[in-house]
Amino acid sequence: MNHLPIVPILLPSLAGTLMLLPPLSKRLWLQRWITGFGLLALVVVAGALMVLAQQQIRIYALGGWQPPFGIVLVVDRMTALLLMTTAILASCAGLYSAENEDRQGPFFYSLFWFQIMGINGAFLTGDLFNLFVFFEVLLISSYALLIHGGGKEKTKAGFQYVSLNLIGSALFLVALGTLYGTVGSLNMADLAAKVRFLTPEEQILAKVGGLLLLLVFSLKAALLPLHFWLPKAYGAASASVAALFAILTKVGFYAICRVFSGIFGDNGGDLAHFAAPWIWPLAIATIAVGSVGIYAAASLRMATANVVIVSAGTLLLTLVVNDGQSLPIGLFYLLHSTAVTGALFLVADQMGTQRGAAPNQHVGTAPEKQSALLGWLFLTASVAAVGLPPLSGFVGKALLLQSTTRFIEQVWVWPALLISSFASLVAFSRAGTAYFWNATPSPSPPVGGDKLRLTQIVAISILLASTALMAVYADRILTYSQGAAEDLRRHPLTDSANLTEERSGLNAAHES
Amino acid sequence: MELVFAFCVGVLTSCGVYLCLRGTTFTVLIGLTQLAYAVNLFLFASGRLSINAAPILGISEKIADPLPQALVLTAIVIGFAMTAFLAVLAIRTYADWGNDHVDGRPSAVERIIQREGMRR
Repeated sequence: MNHLPIVPILLPSLAGTLMLLPPLSKRLWLQRWITGFGLLALVVVAGALMVLAQQQIRIYALGGWQPPFGIVLVVDRMTALLLMTTAILASCAGLYSAENEDRQGPFFYSLFWFQIMGINGAFLTGDLFNLFVFFEVLLISSYALLIHGGGKEKTKAGFQYVSLNLIGSALFLVALGTLYGTVGSLNMADLAAKVRFLTPEEQILAKVGGLLLLLVFSLKAALLPLHFWLPKAYGAASASVAALFAILTKVGFYAICRVFSGIFGDNGGDLAHFAAPWIWPLAIATIAVGSVGIYAAASLRMATANVVIVSAGTLLLTLVVNDGQSLPIGLFYLLHSTAVTGALFLVADQMGTQRGAAPNQHVGTAPEKQSALLGWLFLTASVAAVGLPPLSGFVGKALLLQSTTRFIEQVWVWPALLISSFASLVAFSRAGTAYFWNATPSPSPPVGGDKLRLTQIVAISILLASTALMAVYADRILTYSQGAAEDLRRHPLTDSANLTEERSGLNAAHES
Repeated sequence: MELVFAFCVGVLTSCGVYLCLRGTTFTVLIGLTQLAYAVNLFLFASGRLSINAAPILGISEKIADPLPQALVLTAIVIGFAMTAFLAVLAIRTYADWGNDHVDGRPSAVERIIQREGMRR
């Protein structure tokens, strides 16, 4: 039996546990090396899974329990693509943190690895309750990573973030209870096969459960009424952690895809796409509020946090535009926005620390120590984030605009996307002007933090280079994400076919 | 039985929500705990309520669904860990900010209300 699907969960959990144990817990350099090799291995495994998933959807039954009774891990192209994104983003965040930030408190790398374990698990699992468990794993490590290093702002942001997510977890459980009580299963494939056969009375309950799930996932994905935690939390976290958090909102989007495109998707009978009327206004309003946030943000990190909100809204839009046919473009945009927001958080942090005074405000002070290098990095990152050619942001946005076919969609989507791009263009131009051109050379020697080390430059460059590469190889990525979107819609059916086959095989075995 | 059960879940939930909306970290913590209790009861009920039914085959005539019980167990463990973490975090916020308001310090309106309350 091929055990590769569980490696993205096992490897981080082992690495994280090892680093808590005595011989390693005191030796930071050893932890850095192990983390480095571990992340490299994770990228390789994710690559192998991408190839595997292209051949067929792989189902890994944990403990050999027959689905749908046991927990299954499902590797399809969607999962593999997101595992790859996580591995690359985590490598860059890890590389960046290895210079300085891992020294601010103990156990940084353990928490870092548990965070990756939670994210990978959430992407891999094929069971809704298991999804809840992995959500909690990634959340509790994100709580700890958020306040890692300590400080007044971090504890305050941390408390609010934790209590909000605990309420979210409670709602998640209520939703799971409702769904289980109605449909009688929590396996995603099994649910998808069963929701068609619900009676009208049960359909109402299933709808309640589904919408509660939408509420919970919207909280994680930072959609409109539930996004207020994000700027504070991301603004307070240290840079590499904020960069790693760039994938967290995408986990929420992924879960929404799984539930509302997989379970309540085309084959949902009366319940097919029942949440789309809710998702439309949420997505548009999120983009609008995020754009205002980018424009109004007092600091570059706040602006970047609001870029995350805008991209969350845009992603959600791709789920409903054109009856869900734009989802491949959405996945492309997901890769782009993860890399770019990660890079922006890292660059913004450097721009703040290197100038010494007024680290996080749009005012002219002493210039950064490496203003030329940082200027170029910032220019590249903001061009990609705003969506100007030639980088991937432009490709993603242009494709999304192109894919809207109906007039009523165009009326809503075009202004929302274009105005949000314009707002971020203005905001980033203003920030760049204040940080780089408005700098007054001070007579005293600069007081800011250290210069960028080589590893940090490499970490930022990998992320920025990936957006350029994404623009160049856009067609290949789109082909793959097309397959991912197909897997998302198809996997329940093939899976349930598998289940019946296995079941009949088992019956035959019993009879003989 | 269903009525009593539903009543308990409802009361716990409403108390939990009310306390979560308060402005001090301690009440929020208590509110979250009550919310977690309510959710655990609710999750337990998703396998239908029954008396004298064992979750094991062949022990009793009626059989209870074992899965919700397993789910509740998991939820209890996770909820317990999270609440403990939040309690420590609340103490830390108190130490850092010198008061137990969720925003670090009470807003102007809240301070006026507090002052009025003390005068009475």
